[in-house]
Amino acid sequence: MKLTLKIWRQDGPRARGELVTYVVEDISPDMSFLEMLDVLNEQLNAKGEEPIAFDSDCREGICGMCGLMISGEAHGPEKTTTCQLHMRSFRDGETVTIEPWRADAFPVIRDLVVNRSAFDRIIQAGGFISVNTGSAPKAEAVLVPKPNADRAFMAAECIGCGACVAACPNAAAMLFMGAKITHLGELPQGQPERAQRVKAMVAQHDAEGFGGCTNIGECSAACPKGIPLDVISQLNHDLRKAGAGRF
Amino acid sequence: MTELTAPQGVDADYYRVGTPVADTKAPAGPIAEKWTKRKFDASLVNPANRRKLSVIIVGTGLAGGAAGATLGEAGYHVKSFCFQDSPRRAHSIAAQGGINAAKNYKEDGDSIYRLFYDTVKGGDYRARETNVYRLAEVSANIIDQCVAQGVPFAREYGGLLDNRSFGGVQVSRTFYARGQTGQQLLIGAYQALERQVAAGTVEMFTRHEMLELIVADGRARGIIARDLVTGEIETHLADAVVLASGGYGNVFFLSTNAMGSNVTANWRAHRKGAYFGNPCYTQIHPTCIPVSGDHQSKLTLMSESLRNDGRIWVPKRKEDCDKDPRQIPEADRDYYLERIYPAFGNLVPRDIASRQAKNMCDEGRGVGPMVGDFRRGVYLDFSDAISRLGRSAVEAKYGNLFDMYARITGENPYETPMRIYPAVHYTMGGLWVDYDLMSNIPGLFVTGEANFSDHGANRLGASALMQGLADGYFVLPNTIRDYLAKGPYPKLDENSPAVAEARQSVDQRVRTLLSINGERSVDSFHKELGHIMWEYCGMERTETGLMKAIDLIRSLRAEFWRNVRVLGSAETLNQSLEKAGRVADFLELGELMCIDALHRRESCGGHFRAESQTEDGEALRHDDQFCYVAAWEFGGNGEGGMGAPVLHKEDLTYEFIQLKQRSYK
Amino acid sequence: MKLLMAVTGLIFVGFVALHAYGNLMVLGGADTFNTYAHHLRTFGQPMLPYEGFLWVLRVVLLVSLALHVYSALSLWGRANGARSTRYAVKKAAASSLASRTMRYGGIALFFFIVFHLLHLTTHTIHPQGTVATPYENVVGSFELWWVTLIYVVAVLALGFHLFHGVWSAAQTLGLTSTAAARARAKLLAHLVGGLIALAFLIPPLAILVRIVK
Ligand SMILES: Cc1cc2nc3c(=O)[nH]c(=O)nc-3n(C[C@H](O)[C@H](O)[C@H](O)COP(=O)(O)OP(=O)(O)OC[C@H]3O[C@@H](n4cnc5c(N)ncnc54)[C@H](O)[C@@H]3O)c2cc1C
Ligand code: HEM
Ligand code: HEM
Ligand code: SF4
Ligand code: F3S
Ligand code: FES
Repeated sequence: MKLTLKIWRQDGPRARGELVTYVVEDISPDMSFLEMLDVLNEQLNAKGEEPIAFDSDCREGICGMCGLMISGEAHGPEKTTTCQLHMRSFRDGETVTIEPWRADAFPVIRDLVVNRSAFDRIIQAGGFISVNTGSAPKAEAVLVPKPNADRAFMAAECIGCGACVAACPNAAAMLFMGAKITHLGELPQGQPERAQRVKAMVAQHDAEGFGGCTNIGECSAACPKGIPLDVISQLNHDLRKAGAGRF
Repeated sequence: MTELTAPQGVDADYYRVGTPVADTKAPAGPIAEKWTKRKFDASLVNPANRRKLSVIIVGTGLAGGAAGATLGEAGYHVKSFCFQDSPRRAHSIAAQGGINAAKNYKEDGDSIYRLFYDTVKGGDYRARETNVYRLAEVSANIIDQCVAQGVPFAREYGGLLDNRSFGGVQVSRTFYARGQTGQQLLIGAYQALERQVAAGTVEMFTRHEMLELIVADGRARGIIARDLVTGEIETHLADAVVLASGGYGNVFFLSTNAMGSNVTANWRAHRKGAYFGNPCYTQIHPTCIPVSGDHQSKLTLMSESLRNDGRIWVPKRKEDCDKDPRQIPEADRDYYLERIYPAFGNLVPRDIASRQAKNMCDEGRGVGPMVGDFRRGVYLDFSDAISRLGRSAVEAKYGNLFDMYARITGENPYETPMRIYPAVHYTMGGLWVDYDLMSNIPGLFVTGEANFSDHGANRLGASALMQGLADGYFVLPNTIRDYLAKGPYPKLDENSPAVAEARQSVDQRVRTLLSINGERSVDSFHKELGHIMWEYCGMERTETGLMKAIDLIRSLRAEFWRNVRVLGSAETLNQSLEKAGRVADFLELGELMCIDALHRRESCGGHFRAESQTEDGEALRHDDQFCYVAAWEFGGNGEGGMGAPVLHKEDLTYEFIQLKQRSYK
Repeated sequence: MKLLMAVTGLIFVGFVALHAYGNLMVLGGADTFNTYAHHLRTFGQPMLPYEGFLWVLRVVLLVSLALHVYSALSLWGRANGARSTRYAVKKAAASSLASRTMRYGGIALFFFIVFHLLHLTTHTIHPQGTVATPYENVVGSFELWWVTLIYVVAVLALGFHLFHGVWSAAQTLGLTSTAAARARAKLLAHLVGGLIALAFLIPPLAILVRIVK
C-alpha cells in the first residue's frame, strides 16, 4: 500500500506548527498504524530529518499512552487505540491527516505529543478511595453484587487516553471523569467519599480549562474502551445529589 | 580486597570469580516466623522525623507505585519518577491474567506453605527460600488492600471474589479482573499514589528518566535524571534510592514488554557497583501472537489463562500443516502437552510449554505462515470449550483476548483456532538484593521485576504482580525503615565530587550520542542485538552459540559507538536520544547475559542449555555445582568498553524444601 | 451552570407545550381562541389581578431566558477557550446535527422570540394592519406568506432544539444512568421535539392555506 500522510509538525510547546506532507510506500496491511510511522521515521532518519515525535508504550491498547487524531477521528476509524489500529483499515492511495489531541488543557509538547497531566490532577482531586496500607479489612468481608461489580468494572476499563477530550466539540473531559465516578461509586468502599469526590473532581476539571459538556456524545463514540454515556449521567446525578447534600 | 580467581576452561576468557555473597538480614528461626521477627527487629522512625527523611523511587509500576503511596502515607518525603507521561502508564498495566494469593478461597487445599512450595518448585529451586516464603505470607494482605482501594476483581453471583487456576499449579488461587488484572491493580496503586501527591507527601516527576545513580561515601544518595520534555539534566538527592524500574526483556528487541521498558536504571546502578543477579534467567511466554513480518515492533501476549480452557495441538503429520485446521480430523491432531504431561496437560509451567512448542515447530509440525524457513506457531483451540461451556460463557471469560487476537491477525478465533508462539516476556534476573531488598550498595533498594529475588530460574504465572505489590505495599516500607532510622544522612552538596562526576558523565554521554552522526538508526542496532539474543541466548543455549553471541555483541557495540545516527538536540523532547541511551545499555547487558548463560552449564527453569538435558529432553539441573545465585560485579571500563565481570556466588541452602528434579508428568 | 441550562430549558419546554396546545385553539375558530386568550389573562382571578398569571409566567420566562442565554454563552465561551487551535480535519462520529447546532438554533430562537413578542404581544409590528381581537390578529398575520415562513423556520428550529435539548436535559440532571434509560430519554426527546413542532406548525399553515379564516 501507499499512503499520503499530512502530519502535524511542531518543534516545541511555543513553536508554530504546520501540516507537512509525506508519502510512505510499501505499507503492509498487517502493520499497525504506529509501526507504519516507525517505518516513516526510519526513512526520515536516513534522510537526515528529525523523526516525528509521538507517544506510545505498551502497543497493546492498555496503557493509554498513544493517541492521534487520524483524519478527524480520535484513534482513527476503528473502535480501538491508535496502537491497535492496523493498516488494513485504510485504502491504498488514501490521504491521511494526523494531528495531535487538541485541547488547551492538553498543550502540545512536540509534533504529536501532548501533555495530559491535567488528568492526573483530576484524579488527585478525589479519584481514589482513602485507605492506608495495611488498614484494609478482609476482602471477603465486603460482598459486592455482581451487577454492581460488573458496572464498576466496565467504568474502570478507562485507560486515560484522552480521546474523549480530543473528540468532544467542547473539549470536555466528562467521559473520563464520569468513568472514575461510576467505578468508585458502584462499590461499597467508594461510598463515604462519594459526594466530596464528585465535587472536587468537577471543580478541578473546570479549573484545568476543559470545556463544559453539552451531551453531544462524540466522546463515547471515540472511546477505545466503549465507555458509555451513562457515566456522564451518573456523574451529573452524583453532582446534583452532592449539591443537595444527600446521598 | 576481593580475591579474584580465574575460572576453569574457556570461561577464563570471560569472567573472574570473587568472594561469595550472602544475605545477612533474614533472621534465624522457623521460616514462618522470620518475617514477623524481621519487622519487629527493624528500627522505628518517629513520625515527626519522617518528613525530614527523603526517598527517591524510580518507577511507578506496581512495585514503585505501591511503595510510593505507602511511604508517602507513612509521612516520608517521596520523590517518584517515571518516563511515561503519567504514573498510571507503567508497564504493569499490561498484565492480563491475574494475581496469586494463598487465601484458600476454594477450599482446595491451598495454604501459604503450598504457594511457597509451588513458587520454589516453579523457579526450579533457584530462588531464596526466605524471600519466597515471605511473598506467600503477605499475598493475602495484597488482595485485602486492593479490594479496599476499589479494584474491581471478578466476582461470582453471590458477590464473592472469583478465582481461577494458572499454569504450573493444581489449585485455584488466582484473583483476576477479566483480562486486565494488571491495569486494575495499577490503577489502584496509582490512585493511592495520586492521593499522596495531593497530600503533598509525594512529589511526582513524570517524563523523567533516571540516567545515573549518585553514590557518595559508599551510599546511594540520589540520581541524575533528564527531564524528557525540556532536556534539562537534574540532580535529585535523598536519604535512600529505590529502583522499581521493571524488567529488561526488551534486550531481545521483540518482546511482550512495552516499548519503553529498559534496563538503564538498573544498568547505571550496576556500573556504580550494584551486583546483577542471574541476568540470563529469561522467561519465554508460550501464548503470544506469532510474528507476522519484520516491520513488527513488539509481540503481543495473550493471557496464559487461555490455557485453562484452550487445547494446544499441532498436526500429527507435516503434510497437514498448511491445511485449514478445521479440516484436520481429531485422529490427526497431536495434543502434545496432554500427551507428554498427563497430570498437568495444557497447564504445565511456561518454560516447558514454550520449549515444547519450539520442539514441535523444529520438527516441522508448526502451523501458520512460513517465517524464514519454517512455520512458527501451534494451535490453541477453543472449539471444545465452546461446545462444552457455550459461546457466551467463553466470551465472558476471554472476550477481550479474542477481540485483541482478531484485531491483530484479522482472523476470528471463535471459528478458527488461534495460533500462538512463545515470546520473551519476563526477566527473573535483576539487581541482587538481600532479605531487606537492599542491594550491596547501602541505601540502594530494588523492588519488583527489577530485582532478582523471588522467582528463581522461572516465574509462575500470576506471581509477578504478587511480588510487585508485596514488595511495594508490605515489604519495602518495613525494611527501608530500618535503614532510614539511621538517617538523615549528612547533607550532600550539589557540587560535591560524587554529584559532579555523575552529572558530568550524563552530559558527556548525551553529547557523544548526538555527535556521532553515523549511518545507522538506533532501531537497526536494537533489532540486530535482539536477533543475536533470540538466536543464541533465547529458548535454547549452547556453549558455542553463546561464545559466538558474545563476539557479535562486542562488535555491534563497537559499531554503535562509531556509527549510530541520533538527530535533533538535547534541549527538546528527543525520542531517538532516549532510545539510543537505552540501547547502549542493552548492548552491555546482552554481553553479561551471555556470559552468565555460558557459565551456568546446567539447565534450570527458563535457562535451557542443550548440553544438559535428560534423555527425554527435559531440563537437567546440577545442584552440586550450580545451586547458587550468580551475582555479577561490573568489570570496569576495560577493553571494548567493559572489563571481565566478577562472579560472586550466593549459595542457596534449602532448609525447608527438599531439592527434587522438577517433574510435571 | 449546566443545571441552570437544563432547568430553564425544561421550563421552556413546559411553556411551549402549553403554548402549542393553546395555539391549536385557533383551529376551533374565533371564539374558542379569543376565550382562551381572555382566559389566560383572567386565570387565577380573583386571587391574582388581571393578567396576573400571565405576568408571573412572563417573569419566570424572562428570568429563565436570561439564565438560559447566560449559561449558553458561558458554555460557548468555555468551549472556545478549551480548544483554541482547531483541527484541520474533524469528523463527526456519533453526534446528531441537532446536538451540534444547539447554539445556532438557540440564537435563531432568540431572535424569533424578540420578533414574536413585538408582533403578537406588544403589537409593535403589525404587518397585517391594526386589528381588534387576538384571533384576527393571528389569522391576519399568517395569511401573509413571509410571516408564516418566519414562523415555520422558527418552529423547525425549536423542534431541533428540543430534539437534542430534552434528552440532554435528562442527561444533565443525571436521570439516564443506564443504557435503557438513555434510550427512553432519547425517544422522549424525539417525540417532544416532533410533537411540539407539529403542533406549532398546524395553525399558521392552516391559516395560510385558508382552512382557518
Ligand atoms: C504482557 C504482560 C502480561 C503480564 N501478565 C502478568 C500476569 O498476568 N500476572 C503476573 O503476575 N505478571 C504478569 N506480567 C509480569 C508483570 O506485569 C511485571 O513483571 C510487573 O508488572 C513489573 O512491575 P514493576 O513494578 O516491577 O515494573 P513496571 O511496571 O515495569 O514499571 C517500571 C517503572 O519504572 C519506570 N522506569 C523504568 N526505567 C526508568 C528510568 N530509567 N527512569 C525513570 N523511570 C523508569 C517506568 O516509567 C515505570 O514506571 C506480565 C507482563 C507482561 C509484559
Ligand atoms: C433564547 C434563545 C435560546 C438560546 C440561545 C438557547 C441556547 C441553548 C444552548 C446553547 C443550549 C445548550 C446545548 C446543549 O445543552 O446541548 C440549550 C439547551 C437547551 N435549550 Fe435552549 N436556547 C434558547 C431557547 C430555548 C427555548 C425557547 C427552549 C424551549 C422551548 C429551550 C430548551 C432547551 C433545552 C431543554 C435545553 C437542554 C438543556 C441541557 O442541555 O441540559 N431553549 N439552549
Ligand atoms: C405558530 C406558532 C405560534 C403562534 C400562533 C403563537 C401565538 C402567540 C400569541 C397569539 C401570543 C400572544 C398571546 C397573548 O398575549 O395573548 C403569543 C405569545 C408568546 N409566544 Fe407565541 N406563538 C407561536 C409560536 C411560539 C414559539 C415557537 C415560541 C417560543 C419559542 C413562542 C413564545 C411566545 C412567548 C414567550 C409569548 C409571550 C407570552 C406572554 O408573556 O404574553 N411562541 N404567541
Ligand atoms: S473515557 Fe475512553 S476515551 Fe476517555 S480517557 Fe477513558 S478510555 Fe480514553
Ligand atoms: S462529546 Fe463532549 S459534550 Fe459531552 S457527551 Fe461527550 S463530553
Ligand atoms: S501504546 Fe499503550 S494503549 Fe496504545
